[in-house]
Amino acid sequence: MELLSGGEILIRALKDAGVKNVWGYPGGAALHIYDALYRQDDVYHLLVRHEQAAVHAADGFSRATGEVGTALVTSGPGATNAITGIATAFMDSIPMVVISGQVPLTKIGQDAFQETDMVGVSRPIVKHSFLVTRAEDIAETIAKAYYIAATGRPGPVVVDIPKDVTDPSHKVPYSYPSEVKMRSYQPTDKGHRGQIKRAVKTLVDAKRPVIYAGGGVVIDNASEQLIALAQALNYPVTNTLMGLGCYPGTDRQYLGMLGMHGTFEANTAMHHADVIFAIGARFDDRVTNDLEKFCPHATIIHVDVDPTSVSKNIDAHIPIVGTCTSVLTEMLAINKELKTKPDADAIADWWTQLDQWRADKGIYTASRYEESSGSCIKPQDVIKMLYKITNGEAIVTSDVGQHQMFAAQYYLFDKPRTWINSGGLGTMGFGLPAAMGCQLAFPDKDVACVTGEGSIQMNIQELSTCSQHKLPVKIINLNNAALGMVRQWQDMNYSSRYSESVYEDSLPDFVKLAESYGHVGMKITHIDELEEKMRKCFAMKDRVVFMDIDVDRSEHVYPMQMPGGSMRDLWLNKTERT
Amino acid sequence: MKRIISILLENESGALSRVVGLFSQRGYNIDTLTVAPTDDDTLSRLTLTTQGDDHMAEQIVKQLHKLIDTIKVVDLTVGSHIERELMLVKIKATDNDIRTELKSCVDIFRGHIIDVTPATYTVQLAGDSEKLDAFIEAVREMGIMEVVRSGVSGISRGDKFLRV
Ligand SMILES: Cc1ncc(C[n+]2csc(CCOP(=O)(O)OP(=O)(O)O)c2C)c(N)n1
Ligand SMILES: [Mg+2]
Repeated sequence: MELLSGGEILIRALKDAGVKNVWGYPGGAALHIYDALYRQDDVYHLLVRHEQAAVHAADGFSRATGEVGTALVTSGPGATNAITGIATAFMDSIPMVVISGQVPLTKIGQDAFQETDMVGVSRPIVKHSFLVTRAEDIAETIAKAYYIAATGRPGPVVVDIPKDVTDPSHKVPYSYPSEVKMRSYQPTDKGHRGQIKRAVKTLVDAKRPVIYAGGGVVIDNASEQLIALAQALNYPVTNTLMGLGCYPGTDRQYLGMLGMHGTFEANTAMHHADVIFAIGARFDDRVTNDLEKFCPHATIIHVDVDPTSVSKNIDAHIPIVGTCTSVLTEMLAINKELKTKPDADAIADWWTQLDQWRADKGIYTASRYEESSGSCIKPQDVIKMLYKITNGEAIVTSDVGQHQMFAAQYYLFDKPRTWINSGGLGTMGFGLPAAMGCQLAFPDKDVACVTGEGSIQMNIQELSTCSQHKLPVKIINLNNAALGMVRQWQDMNYSSRYSESVYEDSLPDFVKLAESYGHVGMKITHIDELEEKMRKCFAMKDRVVFMDIDVDRSEHVYPMQMPGGSMRDLWLNKTERT
Repeated sequence: MKRIISILLENESGALSRVVGLFSQRGYNIDTLTVAPTDDDTLSRLTLTTQGDDHMAEQIVKQLHKLIDTIKVVDLTVGSHIERELMLVKIKATDNDIRTELKSCVDIFRGHIIDVTPATYTVQLAGDSEKLDAFIEAVREMGIMEVVRSGVSGISRGDKFLRV
């Protein structure tokens, strides 16, 4: 058997785990690993400018491809800088492995230079973690880490490796396990057959059904099956913020996003539904509004791969634990054989009602906001323009705030893995590094980062990484000169007292800033120049372009659920409510 | 309602902290906790008691299952089971009347006096938690100096068993 040092073993094991690229940042405890990286060509390393960005980039790569993303950081501050990224991936169930250097075993516990108990600090925000204590254990640990990260309900796994374990002078035999078996970890695959049958029967008997599909469908690549089932039944579908794209946004059966900033039609349909088929969704508080008032008439079918998500917030009448793909596939087969078909009249009536809601107060058909004019550019119109110019085919990442909600509402995602955002943790600073990960995965695709002047400044340094690694992402900065979402809440709940949500005159000149990194900067202050400039932006295939767009500072995101209400209790604009 | 939850855990570093961390992270209390290796030294057997309704107990069991290091988890309270707890109590026993009274009390509770000094008696007692509570009440007046309880260990009755 080949003799390798711990550092070499790590890199070789990454290769054998199928890893092609690693985002990272070096430092003392990781130097043996970095030296091993230098002496090979199999694993490509991308140097970022901040460890948080390394993790978000690995995360974006994972969301866009479905593969496990990888980040590599040093001990102490490198590890703690990675924490926000890990928590972001954890909340959205993103498969990822984060490798952190650690002080030598002989120094652990002694408050050594750059020592942080990474396994301890990350414990509540990882799917699992390992502290490797022998070079001989590295390959097996890496195999386990990738297996755990990718299977069941995916999530981030931390592998903490003390420096002496990667010592170049200590060589041990290398072998990568051909398969991983763990007696304590056997993720569920197929759901209970009897329950699945009951689910299909209940669904087929429904008179006012809604299919409520979430990020689990994206993660499990179950879109095709979801579309087949929804279309076989002719039932309406709503997606969560995390599920956008898993059902085509331009399809007639699509009601739009549901929840806090969901459409009137989706939220109202949920409220009146007699059967809700929840798949890969978890009845998050940003969806349900007040649990007591949640969907009073509905029988709930809930499919999720994670048993702890089922009946956690809302009791499911028909709980099914299994992967979205396997359960949907079985449902399709059962539905085919079933003699009973949906009550065509009832479903037709339901569609009449749904179409009425859409026509009355729908988000896309009626204009829900005043149009842009002159120098008053509506952020919604910017997103619509982005959709038009990219033919709805871009990968869109976003940060967190009003711009995120506008992007979610007005860019109609037809494909899964094209809408990339931090839904669970809501991490400002996610958008740009995530876009880098997407661009690395799809060099020929348009990747647009929809952001705000607040969020972009949380990881703006990554403009430099984009230069170094030739990642020509397009930044669409909806500049409202404020922490807009904070200001919206202050308008609605704090009599417009703008406590620390404005910057006075301290914003940078984003055009010059972009240029100083070697990129193209554009400033848009008038609606008439938007289309032409945005076309130019996306025509520059191999350049990073930063579009700084002044948008209406007073705009709010609507609809917005009223606190303490049911799903259908919404503000539709500043003065109109349901 | 009191819950006794039994867990078979990989005997690995960090495993226990994940279990304990889960409780604080999810806002559940741990009333008692015992851990020790079993006849198989790759495994730890952990028993913990907590309070909660059925919904909460179900969530706790599911959450514990989800930890990668846990192999089996059961809520013993759901079926018939036996629980035992060990207690050591040091009691001030300077005068003879108290010594006599204490001895008879220990007999009634089927405990043992395991250490004696001119000023103290140390009593060992095993049983379910209610019995130990009752003993403490019975001797409280005499002057308790120190109480050490092991926390509950539990096992199901009959043919059922928890093993890999
Ligand atoms: C790291 C982080 N800190 C704070 C927040 C709270 N927060 C949510 S939205 C928001 C404002 C974002 O401002 P900007 O990026 O300009 O977007 P806008 O809402 O103006 O479109 C803030 C501060 C957050 N989500 N993430
Ligand atoms: Mg802003």
